[in-house]
Amino acid sequence: MEQNDENYLGITGNTPSSGQPQAEGGEQRRWFRRFRKGITTSTAEKKETPEGLWNKCPECNYITTTTELEENLYVCPRCNYHHRIGSDEYFAILFDNNTYTELFGNIKSKDFLGFTDLKPYRQRLDEIYAKSDLKDSMRVAVGNVNGKEIVIACMDFEFIGGSLGSVMGEKFSRAVDYCIEHRLPFLVISKSGGARMMESAFSLMQLAKTSGKLSQLSDAKLPFISLLTDPTFGGITASFGMLGDLNIAEPGALIGFAGPRVIKETIKKDLPEGFQRSEFLLEHGFLDFIVDRKQLKDKISLLIELFEK
Amino acid sequence: MPQYPNRQFLDFEQPIKELYEQIDQTKKLAAKNPKINYEQTLQQLEHSILEKRHEITGQLTPWQRVQLSRHPDRPYTLKYVEKMSTSFIELHGDRNVRDDKAMVGGFAELDGQTVMFIGQQKGANTKLRQLRNFGMANPEGYRKALRLMKLAEKFNKPIITLIDTPGAFPGAEAEERGQGEAIARNIYEMIRLKVPVICVIIGEGASGGALGIGVGDRVLMMENTWYTVISPENCSSILWRSWEKKEVAAEQLKLTSKDMQGFGLVDEIVPEPEGGAHWNYDEAAQLLKEAIIRNLNEVKDIPAETRIEQRIEKFGKMGFWEE
Ligand SMILES: [Zn+2]
Repeated sequence: MEQNDENYLGITGNTPSSGQPQAEGGEQRRWFRRFRKGITTSTAEKKETPEGLWNKCPECNYITTTTELEENLYVCPRCNYHHRIGSDEYFAILFDNNTYTELFGNIKSKDFLGFTDLKPYRQRLDEIYAKSDLKDSMRVAVGNVNGKEIVIACMDFEFIGGSLGSVMGEKFSRAVDYCIEHRLPFLVISKSGGARMMESAFSLMQLAKTSGKLSQLSDAKLPFISLLTDPTFGGITASFGMLGDLNIAEPGALIGFAGPRVIKETIKKDLPEGFQRSEFLLEHGFLDFIVDRKQLKDKISLLIELFEK
Repeated sequence: MPQYPNRQFLDFEQPIKELYEQIDQTKKLAAKNPKINYEQTLQQLEHSILEKRHEITGQLTPWQRVQLSRHPDRPYTLKYVEKMSTSFIELHGDRNVRDDKAMVGGFAELDGQTVMFIGQQKGANTKLRQLRNFGMANPEGYRKALRLMKLAEKFNKPIITLIDTPGAFPGAEAEERGQGEAIARNIYEMIRLKVPVICVIIGEGASGGALGIGVGDRVLMMENTWYTVISPENCSSILWRSWEKKEVAAEQLKLTSKDMQGFGLVDEIVPEPEGGAHWNYDEAAQLLKEAIIRNLNEVKDIPAETRIEQRIEKFGKMGFWEE
């Protein structure tokens, strides 16, 4: 499944700036898995699973303890590499006292088309439900960020590569309605390989569906901040990901429309160092700024304040 | 429109080619034997061709339907514009980077009113295919399309988009110039356009590259076209990790006009001449023109604000989930 997610992205192979061989991408994700376990298990349990205690940075090989890394917001203390994290971690980082109310948590994916690739879509879903609490690739929550109330929608890459399907489209839509009803700003944290192929044209139409809702949010004069994290591709950049009043990104995140592998096959040349990284997008005018995870919370609340005053 | 022997035949069209060859032979015989009347035989053969065309399109697999949508003799955007309208004036450029030849557009007169046509353009031969980049637009193509849409909106002219693309171009420069942003912007702006918008898939409808000019009050598909989130080849490569599963991918994706209408994701199927649009450009254009005008007339008198609300609602309903 992990391999599958990586493959799904179309970003396997040599990604330009990390230059890691394919296998390490998978390893990187496994570390992250350990984190999630580390976060949810008690200290006593952690000692029983020593592998959960140590983490190696995939960029600089620096070794940290899980606790140290968690305290450092999953950012490498040596090289500032931003580890891939999920909605649990982002909500904990952003919401005051990790207190928030999850919204529309019961919407689940359905295999309407009876889609089967190497395995049936239904089975794919059931396998994730069996090992994870996640209901789909996006969670929506409302809470306070430094005392400022906000709705945050955050993607989970471990759920079929954070792919955009009907559920994400519907949750996004309801989140916009909620923002309009309660006059709240909207932050979306993207981390996705793009549209969910197993939902075929229905997934494509989510691009139009979410854009329509954004148009209503815009008419209501409520701010929409799009935070792009590693990696964000395809249907996300071709819709709401790039439509923020502010588009911002974490450092070093791989962001694009087509995956690097596809581009390489098209142009039959190696891609330049740093291609499709946040810094590249900033340079080409597609981001307002890059934000370090440690400054994220304060930047978000400051922005809300500036919009308010 | 190419005529036999310049016609190209797909694998499953071979029986038709054989009938043409029989006609050729019969004509040769007729020339050698002027005393014998071959008229009836020739008529029968012509009739068999028509029957075969009907028979073939009646039993196509989804993958064959994809192949038909890419038929090298199939008419492209500018051909339909030429056949459906008069006074077409092509307009160029995104006013920023350059003129993208894979995306064309301009004002024309359709059924007595001025409309804005916009569409991807493919080339009919090797040289033109390269010039048109195989119908794969760069960001400047989408931005040119948006510029023309805004122009049409300003002068209150309806917009007709003709979609035929294997996808937005996945090149390095396309990324530098923001392919994702360009498509996103178009989708966002199209849903708010104050003028009527009719979109038609006339060939290939692949992913964001298609949707980037595909948000309208009515979305139609010509009979032998496909429309979905990814091409069957790329889907096969990603989900099956092999290029060999394109037929299966085409089936699983349920990408035909019939499927799409069944899902309520498109509003109408525009019939094509027997065997496909490449058999008769005039007839194909006439059928398309009729459908466009009828749909345009149905939406044009709705107040703009209501039309926009309905458009948002139309796409807002798309999706399936449990709760
Ligand atoms: Zn490091």
